[in-house]
Amino acid sequence: MRGDPLLAARGLATWYELRRWGFLHQGWVRAVDGVSFQLAEGEAVAVVGESGCGKSTLAKTLLGLVRPLRGEVWFEGRRLGGADDWRWYRRRVGYVQQDPYGALPPFMSVRRILEEPLVVNGVSSPSKRRARVVEALEAVQLVPPEEFLPRFPHMLSGGQQQRLVVARATLLGPRLLVADEPVSMLDASVRAEVLQLLRSLQQSHRLSVVYITHDLSTVRHFCERVLVMYAGKLVEQAQVTDLLREPKHPYTQALLAAIPDPDPENARRLRPVPPGEPPSLVRPPEGCRFHPRCPAAIPGVCDRREPPDFEVGAGHVAACWLYEGARTVTAAPAVEGGGSP
Amino acid sequence: MTVAPLLRVEDLHLHFRTAAGPVRAVDGVYLEVGRGRTVAVLGESGCGKTSLARAILRLLPRNVAHYSGRVLLDGEDLMVLPEERFRQEVRWARLSLVPQAAMNSLNPVLRVGDQVAEPLWLHGRVRRPEEARDHVVEALRRVGVPPEFADRYPFELSGGMRQRVAIAMALVLRPQLVVLDEPTSALDVLTQANLLNLLKTLRWELGTSFLLITHDLATASELADDVALMYAGQIVEFGPLDRFLTGPMHPYAQALRASVVSLREERAPQPLPGRPPSLLNPPAGCRFAARCPARFDPCGQAPPLVPVEGGRRVMCWLYAQEATRAR
Repeated sequence: MRGDPLLAARGLATWYELRRWGFLHQGWVRAVDGVSFQLAEGEAVAVVGESGCGKSTLAKTLLGLVRPLRGEVWFEGRRLGGADDWRWYRRRVGYVQQDPYGALPPFMSVRRILEEPLVVNGVSSPSKRRARVVEALEAVQLVPPEEFLPRFPHMLSGGQQQRLVVARATLLGPRLLVADEPVSMLDASVRAEVLQLLRSLQQSHRLSVVYITHDLSTVRHFCERVLVMYAGKLVEQAQVTDLLREPKHPYTQALLAAIPDPDPENARRLRPVPPGEPPSLVRPPEGCRFHPRCPAAIPGVCDRREPPDFEVGAGHVAACWLYEGARTVTAAPAVEGGGSP
Repeated sequence: MTVAPLLRVEDLHLHFRTAAGPVRAVDGVYLEVGRGRTVAVLGESGCGKTSLARAILRLLPRNVAHYSGRVLLDGEDLMVLPEERFRQEVRWARLSLVPQAAMNSLNPVLRVGDQVAEPLWLHGRVRRPEEARDHVVEALRRVGVPPEFADRYPFELSGGMRQRVAIAMALVLRPQLVVLDEPTSALDVLTQANLLNLLKTLRWELGTSFLLITHDLATASELADDVALMYAGQIVEFGPLDRFLTGPMHPYAQALRASVVSLREERAPQPLPGRPPSLLNPPAGCRFAARCPARFDPCGQAPPLVPVEGGRRVMCWLYAQEATRAR
């Protein structure tokens, strides 16, 4: 890993309370339940999982929109504790939403959409604001900027809308970008364009990116590392190439086997799919949460004890009992080294 | 082709009336679906692929400005059938639809089993509830839904299960052709793979033909024998899927193929610049010309549909020239 982590999460847990009639406690939805990872400066990490696995809650937690119940978030070596910390942190994070049209106010022109964050953050000189807005439009290739400034969101194509959302997210010069399914609403031909834009911004500005997606096929060319999430937990973390070549966790293997590529052979064979559906996050299964669906589950182990993170290769971690014997990884050790003094 | 195809669509047009003028959603479509074969209609959003499905099924909204052409199912022209006869003899019985976001198309206040039985009652295939029940259990079993789910309401089922119920409903009268409109696009990866496995098995077991509407080339390759590539209301390339994947002919097909983000392919995807033309006022010549890297003089005129070897057709001047030169 390159240098000190920009962001580190340790034992992060975000639970939602279930209440009957608004006040009687009914239980917890453990959307994010003990997640630890690190993100280096300038690194792009994909969080991959099915719907309901907690990946959007993780995004919201990383954006400071939901406060975690337990665990720590460290950013630039500072622990985010009180409201002041989170306010300081939020100015350094940009958010790219899933549905660009829903994320843009329909009655505001491109100029106002981009000026608003500058006004809120105290850039009072109109000429300075205009220069920043033009610069942001150029950075996302909405050129010539004069042509786009007076337009309204509905006058832009889906790809252009998403680029505007990216421009707004990067306007204040954040260090970290959280992109929650940024291309799932876009057409196949536009997807590559938006992903390449995010990638080039990440590389030119040394931005770190957390890219939330359900679609593993989009991660290959746009990320360094992948975190696989299942039922509120990270089950595997690895470099993209390692994960695609040698997935270790049975869930990751199942996920990869289920993804089709354009291939005429596909129509002649069935794909292996694990039985059942993801578990309830209110009462998750004991032990490994994937064990009821796992083809390699070890009776008496996987259904009793929760697997720790095993180091199965360089920078490759899998939370699975199959790799018992490998060194376990203690939660985010680099925080002590790279954290606050 | 010597044997008549199951479905043949000729010069189909469907235009919608809007405040800004007629929208030419389907504008001169030619298409064939062979017996027991599956054809994928592939295209970006807004290219008119769902309108094409609706035009074939005669499920039209109120604002139709123009609707013409021929839709031949087993040689019988569906367009000239009176509505009443179409409803009684064709829809559900010979030709059915699994609509887009089918899992939300179920009636929330009817039990799943009763909904699946509805086509049976409407077409007079059953006389007694017990008879209907047997059919429903069989239909649900075929799509992998446990029979006891027949007594549940749609909201008690997961998205994948509801999608299966919609498929069971479309198949309950054993139609020859089923139109699947984006059957997997709203589902998770594993659920998607499961459902595609189911559709494949149904194809193999029942021999049903499918017309698959999709925007995703990988999904198309899971199920289809043939591909019909749609662009701005027209089918610009038609032919066997394996040939399409290895050697797309139309410049749009080539660009689309290169833009696909794929898991296992080494090469980086190439974005396709520009956007499709408005269907309000499509350009007079080739509709892809403005974005086409191979554009040349004739492209200002509407290109012909050129037959190419191997049962392929392509709507492009590049191949028209070659065809005439070869002759």
